[in-house]
Amino acid sequence: MSNSIISIKDLCFGYGERLLHKGIDMEFPRGKVSAIMGGSGSGKTTILRLIGGQLKPTSGQVEVDGTIVHKQNRDGIYRLRRKMGMLFQHGALFSDLSVFENVAFPMREHTNLPENIIKDLVLLKLNAVGLRGAAYLMPPELSGGMARRVALARAIALDPDIIMYDEPFAGLDPISMAVICDLIRSLNDALGATSIIVTHDVAETFSFADYIYFVADGVVEAEGSPKQLMASKLPFVKQFIHAEKDGPVPFHYNAPSMKEDFSL
Amino acid sequence: MNVNTNILLKFFEKIGHSFSSRTLRLGAATRLFFLILVYSADSFKRIHLTIREIYFTGVMSLVIIIVSAFFVGMVLGLQGYYTLQKYGSSEAIGVLVALSLVRELGPVVTALLFAGRAGTAITAEIGLMKATEQLSAMEMMAVSPIARIIAPRFWAGVITMPILASIFSMVGVLGGYVVAVPIIGVDEGAFWSQMQANVDFRFDIVNGLIKSVVFGIACTIIALFEGFDAPPTAEGVSRATTRTVVTSSLAILALDFVLTSFMISG
Amino acid sequence: MDKIKLDAWVGIFVAIGVISLLGLAMKVGNLTSNDIRETYMVTANFENIGGLKPRAPVKGAGVVVGRVNSIVFDTEAYHAIVSIDIDKRYVFPKDTFANIYTAGLLGEQYIGLEAGGEEKNLEQGDRITQTQDAVVLEKLISQFLYSKASEEE
Repeated sequence: MSNSIISIKDLCFGYGERLLHKGIDMEFPRGKVSAIMGGSGSGKTTILRLIGGQLKPTSGQVEVDGTIVHKQNRDGIYRLRRKMGMLFQHGALFSDLSVFENVAFPMREHTNLPENIIKDLVLLKLNAVGLRGAAYLMPPELSGGMARRVALARAIALDPDIIMYDEPFAGLDPISMAVICDLIRSLNDALGATSIIVTHDVAETFSFADYIYFVADGVVEAEGSPKQLMASKLPFVKQFIHAEKDGPVPFHYNAPSMKEDFSL
Repeated sequence: MNVNTNILLKFFEKIGHSFSSRTLRLGAATRLFFLILVYSADSFKRIHLTIREIYFTGVMSLVIIIVSAFFVGMVLGLQGYYTLQKYGSSEAIGVLVALSLVRELGPVVTALLFAGRAGTAITAEIGLMKATEQLSAMEMMAVSPIARIIAPRFWAGVITMPILASIFSMVGVLGGYVVAVPIIGVDEGAFWSQMQANVDFRFDIVNGLIKSVVFGIACTIIALFEGFDAPPTAEGVSRATTRTVVTSSLAILALDFVLTSFMISG
Repeated sequence: MDKIKLDAWVGIFVAIGVISLLGLAMKVGNLTSNDIRETYMVTANFENIGGLKPRAPVKGAGVVVGRVNSIVFDTEAYHAIVSIDIDKRYVFPKDTFANIYTAGLLGEQYIGLEAGGEEKNLEQGDRITQTQDAVVLEKLISQFLYSKASEEE
C-alpha cells in the first residue's frame, strides 16, 4: 500500500534467544492517527525504536517512506529521523537548556536559519502547545504536563511527517490528559502528519484514534477502528477494553498449587 | 563433600565472571574512546561546547585544587625539613618540595581530586541524561550524543588536567616556601637557588605534564564510560559514580608507576 | 550561565594555568634564557668520559656556556665522541682545552673549557683537540696503591 508511510512486515525481534516480537505486521496510513496498545512489557515501545532505527530487527523489515530502515547506514538513518518527531515518556527535555533552547535545538542542529527566524518559529511552536509564556523557564521548573507539552513542541519543531508518542498520557492529571489528547489530534491534522501512539490508556485513545493495534505474546492479537474493537468478541480485547481483573491475562502469577505452598 | 565443592566452584565462577565482565567493559570503554576520536570534529568546530565543559570541570575545581595544593606544599615543607635537618641538609628543602610536587604529587593528587570532583559529576550527569532518555531523544533528533555531549567533555578533561596540575605544583611550591622560609627560617636564596639548580625543565616539569595529560585521558574516559554505561536507574547511576572514583584512582596509580619507570629509564 | 561569563572564566582559568607553568619553568626549574638562545656545535674526543651525561653543563671559568648534546662511541678509534652545544654569545679559540671535572667531591660531572691563545675561534663542526679525561676513582686508587707499593720497595 503506497498509502502507508510506515509498513512493518513479519517483524521478529528479541534479545538473545528470547523473541519479543514473533511476526508483527502493521501498516500506518498517511495522515492518520494510529495507536499500539497492549500490556506492559509486550514490546510496544520497542516497535517505536525499531521504526526509528535505534534497534535492528532479528528478521522481517520495517519500511519508512519507501526505505527499509535497518539497511540504512548512519547517514541514511539520520536522514529518515529528520522526518520523525518523537515524544518520550517523561519529555526527555535537555535539563541544562531552557524551554526555548530545547525547542530551538533541532532547528539549530539541522537548519541554517538566522536567529530571528528561529525565535519566531520556536514561539510559534510553543504557542501551538499553549506554552509561549513559559519560553524562558528551565525544565526543572516545569510540571510534568508542561514538560511533556514542551517536548511535543520540540518534536514538531521541524514539521515532521511522522510523530511518535511513547505513553503520552502516563501520570497526567485529567486536565493535562485532555490537553494532550486534543493536541495530538489537532497537530496531526494541522501538519498533515502521521501519528503513532504507544499507550495503554483506553478511554483517551479510543476517543480520537483512527486505527488501533493490540499487541500481546509478540503478535498483533487484534486490530481495527475503535468502533470495531469495542464490538469485538475476542476475550483478550474485551478484558483490556473493559478493564476486567481476570481473563486471558491472568490475575495470579505462575505459582505452585495452594496445597504445596500452604501447609493444608 | 558435595556442598564444599559447590561453594568452591561458585567462588571460582564468580572470579571468572568478574574477570570476563571487566574485560568486556574494558573493551567497551576502548570502543567508546575510538568513537569519541572519530566524532571529535564538533568539539573543535563548535568550540563553545568544549569551553562550557572546561568551565564545569576546570574552573569549578580551582578552589579544591588550590587549597589542597597549598596544604600539601606546607606539609611537604614541614616533613621535609624535619627529616633533612637531621642530615644537616635543611637547605635542600626547596629541592625536595619542588621535585616531589612537579614529578609526582602534582599530577597524581590533581588527578585523584579531579576524579573525585569532576569525574563523579560527569558520570552522574551522563547517567542521569541516559536515565531520563535525553540521550535517546537526541539520537532520535538525528544528532549524535557522542559528538554533542560526550566528546566535548572528553577534550575538556584532557585540556583541564595539565592546567590544574601546573597550578597545583606552583601553589604547592609556594606553600612549601611559606613554611620553610618565613616560618622555619631557611634561607630564601638557598631555597630558590638549590631548587633551580636541580629541577630540570625537560626532565621534571615536562614529564609531569605528560603524566597529567595521560591521567586526564584515563580519568575522563572512565567517568564518561561509567555514565554512559550505567543502568538507567537511580541506584545504577549512584553505583556508577562510585565505580568512577575507584577505577580512576587505581588507573592513576598504576599508570603513574608505568610512566615513572619509562621516564626514569628512558 | 551565559556565554560571556563562561568564556571569561575559562579564559581566566587558562591564564592562571599558563602563568603557573611559566612560574614553574622559570622560578622552579632552570629554563633560563640561555636555553632558548642559538648555539653552535663542536665535538671533543675523550678516552674516558667517566660519568658525563647528555645535558650536562659545559662551563667556562665556572659559568655555564653550553650543554653536552650527545655522547657516542667511535668503533674505529675506540674513544668517545662528545658533541657539545655552545651558546653563540661565547667564542673560544681553536686551541681550547676541554676537561671533564666533577662538581664537588662526588657530584655530577661537567666539561670545563679553558681558553688557549690562538687567534682563530671555534666554529660549528670544529673539533676540540686538547682534551683531558675524567678522573676515574678506581684508576686513582690503583695508581695510589701502585705508587705506595713501589715506594716501599
